Amino acid sequence: MTSASPLTLHAAPPDQAPAERSAFADLSQETLALTRRLFLQLARRPSTLVAGVLQPLIWLVLFGALFAKAPEGLLPDGMSYGRFLGAGVIVFTAFSAALNAGLPVMFDREFGFLNRLLVAPLRSRSSIVLASVLYITSLSLIQSLAIMVTAALLGYGWPGAAGLLLVLVTLLLLVFAVTALSLGLAFALPGHIELIAVIFVANLPLLFASTALAPISFMPTWLGWLAALNPLTFAIEPIRAAYAGSFSLQAVVLEAPYGDLTGLTCLGLLAALALVLFLLIRPLLDRKLS
Amino acid sequence: MIQLDQISKAYGSVTALDGLSLRVPAGSLYGLLGPNGAGKTTALRILCTLLAPDRGAVRVAGIDALQQPRQVRERLGYVAQEVAIDKILTGREMLRLQGALYHLATPHLRQRIQYLIELLGMGGWIDRRCGTYSGGMRRRLDLASGLLHQPSVLVLDEPTVGLDIESRAVIWQVLRQLRDAGTTVLLSSHYLEEIDALADRLAILDGGRVIAEGSPSELKRALGGDRVTLRVREFSDEMESALVQQVLQGCPGVRQVVVNRAQGHSLNLVVDGEAVIETLRQQLNQAQLPVFSLSQSRPSLDDVYLQATGRTLMDAELEVVGVRDPKAERKQAMR
Repeated sequence: MTSASPLTLHAAPPDQAPAERSAFADLSQETLALTRRLFLQLARRPSTLVAGVLQPLIWLVLFGALFAKAPEGLLPDGMSYGRFLGAGVIVFTAFSAALNAGLPVMFDREFGFLNRLLVAPLRSRSSIVLASVLYITSLSLIQSLAIMVTAALLGYGWPGAAGLLLVLVTLLLLVFAVTALSLGLAFALPGHIELIAVIFVANLPLLFASTALAPISFMPTWLGWLAALNPLTFAIEPIRAAYAGSFSLQAVVLEAPYGDLTGLTCLGLLAALALVLFLLIRPLLDRKLS
Repeated sequence: MIQLDQISKAYGSVTALDGLSLRVPAGSLYGLLGPNGAGKTTALRILCTLLAPDRGAVRVAGIDALQQPRQVRERLGYVAQEVAIDKILTGREMLRLQGALYHLATPHLRQRIQYLIELLGMGGWIDRRCGTYSGGMRRRLDLASGLLHQPSVLVLDEPTVGLDIESRAVIWQVLRQLRDAGTTVLLSSHYLEEIDALADRLAILDGGRVIAEGSPSELKRALGGDRVTLRVREFSDEMESALVQQVLQGCPGVRQVVVNRAQGHSLNLVVDGEAVIETLRQQLNQAQLPVFSLSQSRPSLDDVYLQATGRTLMDAELEVVGVRDPKAERKQAMR
């Protein structure tokens, strides 16, 4: 069959349409290609990666120094401030990275690259979303690991093997939830200016209204309530516990004004949040990608 | 091969398409001619399943594009007007990505890319980043992306706007080769010469509907008559040209005499045939009027357009220049 040869201008005969290929093979081919594109962009423009590690690093060093002389006994179990801060900065790193998940999608919308994807016979357009999730998950985990290693070198400790697993699972759940939120915003907002504004406004207040920088016992009641409802806190406390060496999921990690939370409860809350957010943005994605 | 039936589409209160119907025969090179704002891009976006019409039916190779868009996308190559390219990737990486989106197997894709690089003369720069490309390079790369999966229908939206002559020549040649090899090619353009030179058939769009359809020669023949441009002096004044107009108007075989103010008050005539030219010269001689220049031509597509719409294509373009809103148009294209 000469007309099927790649070295010809002839149209492929219609019966050559890839009928016998499985949906899974198609889906993974398109998802991998789209993910690869995002990583090529990262490799050639590594400033996002570098800034994503530098910023939390500066937090760690500056805030660590600022409160190095905090009176003993201020923090539970006589923990040093540097050790206390470590968990907060790790979570902040992953959170900031995931919050940016929507930006590449927004640029693709604005510059028409998305249209190029939409005229292609994608097996499922969820591969576009899936590629973003894969990319941003690996990126935020890489950045968090870089911070963890640096913190260890600064003498702020290391969680150990089982603790590390708990840290990664916790970060993963948080990243899923925040990525869903950011992707939803990327399709709901009119342009990248608006998206960047929302990211800018959301970023720091969420950090301050969490237990990243200070324990709840240190806060006025209203802020304590906010921090105890903040998803970042649900990620910070299990990680802090893992760093302290007590990684039992049944142990209480947070004494919230409304009751004690175990590590398992925190993880459950994060998982539920991620699930709810994905369900919430689904109709929006379906509409925008239909 | 392509069948659009009674397509209507409005953006808010602006009607882009108003009952557009189009039939493109298989294996033809078909032109969509019209001024900016006539609805060409909207029609092509609907055909390529990027946009849903408010009303009407779309079929490609007998497949309902609104019911089975994926089957249509597999058979269709689309070269958009605004080239959306990832500036960070190289041309080859763009093609690989595109190939994966069309589920081509790697060895086949590699051969196919190599073939298209040679066909479109991209060898010198395909491994450079797309951000460094000129307009012509981008358009060639985009054409290659559209051809990667050997589509039976290729759709191009104003593929040669603002291109250098070499890139334009390459694209024209490839489009002709594609048609000869059996691909159905549909391209839009607001260049009359382009459609005249390339298209087997064309449709003229105005106000979101088709106002004339046929092969270029059919349309011109249907219009009939020869065109004559006459100057009695290099630059005449208004009075003199009015006098000449009077003299020639009553002449047998002259259908129409128009004074073209923009061209030094030259006279544009429509006459029955070449024989009339001699009569013209005699008449002018009798009236003791000189002849600075006299040229004669067959009707052009511009005349066809003028006949169908009552204005020249250039005038239609100028009309919409101030009215178009690029920001609103970008919004229409955005998901």
